[in-house]
Amino acid sequence: MTVAVLAVQGAFAEHERALARLGASFCELRRKSDLSRAFDGLILPGGESTVQGKLLRELGMFGELKARIADGMPVFGTCAGLLLLAKETVNDSRAYFRTMDISAVRNAYGRQLGSFFAESDFKGIGKIPMTFIRAPYIQSVSGSAQVLAECGGRIVAARQKNQLVTAFHPELNEDLSVHRYFLDMIGQAARE
Amino acid sequence: MEENRYELNKNLAQMLKGGVIMDVTTPEQAKIAEDAGACAVMALERIPADIRAAGGVARMSDPKMIKGIQAAVSIPVMAKCRIGHFAEAQILQAIEIDYIDESEVLSPADDKYHIDKTKFSVPFVCGAKDLGEALRRIGEGASMIRTKGEPGTGDVVQAVRHMRMMQADIRRIAAMAEDELYECAKQLQAPCELVNYVHEHKKLPVVNFAAGGVATPADAALMMQLGAEGVFVGSGIFKSGNPAKRAAAIVKAVTNFRDADLLAELSEDLGEAMVGINEQEIQLLMAERGR
Repeated sequence: MTVAVLAVQGAFAEHERALARLGASFCELRRKSDLSRAFDGLILPGGESTVQGKLLRELGMFGELKARIADGMPVFGTCAGLLLLAKETVNDSRAYFRTMDISAVRNAYGRQLGSFFAESDFKGIGKIPMTFIRAPYIQSVSGSAQVLAECGGRIVAARQKNQLVTAFHPELNEDLSVHRYFLDMIGQAARE
Repeated sequence: MEENRYELNKNLAQMLKGGVIMDVTTPEQAKIAEDAGACAVMALERIPADIRAAGGVARMSDPKMIKGIQAAVSIPVMAKCRIGHFAEAQILQAIEIDYIDESEVLSPADDKYHIDKTKFSVPFVCGAKDLGEALRRIGEGASMIRTKGEPGTGDVVQAVRHMRMMQADIRRIAAMAEDELYECAKQLQAPCELVNYVHEHKKLPVVNFAAGGVATPADAALMMQLGAEGVFVGSGIFKSGNPAKRAAAIVKAVTNFRDADLLAELSEDLGEAMVGINEQEIQLLMAERGR
């Protein structure tokens, strides 16, 4: 099993470290030619969604990745990655893949002084650490999208078929359970 | 400052990695930078090249000007305070800046002490010429480091020198025997526990960017290949012929810093680069401010 990690900007190395600790192999996507490698799932890391969205398009990866996500390739977006997948962002006109029926709020907790750490329940896993950095949250889910975690009354994780998003950064903590959850999703998708 | 806050502040720097932080002086420039793919902007009244040209005392920017830039973009906004000027830093924290740069680009307010950054909730980035300086700043509470380089010159030689010195020191410490670390910390004038960290992890405990003299996509790629985790571009963009195009090219160069074919393409037709000054020609070495 190989997981591709979008490596155009942001905290992609942290995701790679988590994957390595779980014994999963990974490859980096930095340009169009990287898409010719074989991979079974995709991680969209934290960073700035404006930068990542722009580079996805200008480096020629946007269309093919969107088609593969729409076609059911498992994908896991954290923070900026959540915004890349959201059908809409209520306080920003920019939208990217729009493959997931969630409505997001960008920089929802304000500037860096609003960044925080918490622990909360994640459906199917239990209590996990959650680090929020200038984070978004999910205002609402629709269609077949399901809420997986809430924190302080806000939706902070959701899943729709093979798409998983978290507003927080599991890659910043030692806890590997959300990455393991995603690897299980990839395993399941391969069996189906 | 609670322990958590320092972790969160280091974490924000992690989110900036692989990105370009651009100096801007107006909301319009900030928009251009954001549209070109900047992962953050540095709000300041005058870019380093103009500070250098104007002479006189350079201070923190007008908070109203910084707020105008905060309102114009959705990406993180940083601003500079003078070395040792904790009151300027308090003001920047009061307007909820995302990162404070305690910067040698401005005139130092204290020739002995840097700001005790552990007293603040907002994060600090500081410049360094070598590993000892970087670890002293981290010891004082900086959650991100950048090379000092030589701001406002468009000459990358000092940023290269500083990055090479840091990386060489890191390799040297990584190879040391444990009983040599204490003496090494003494020589570097750096906290022992941070020297131990570098020995164990073979890297700084915080994110390390390049800054000071980056003017072209090739400069940015050079710094990334030398081990920078991202790049600050100050005067290089808005002192050039076509800021939007140059900014976008530098952003892509940082993402694909080893792809020479793409770098060749990105370097084409960018218009005039900033004129620049060679290090032998400058009167004022900003990198010598603050130890």
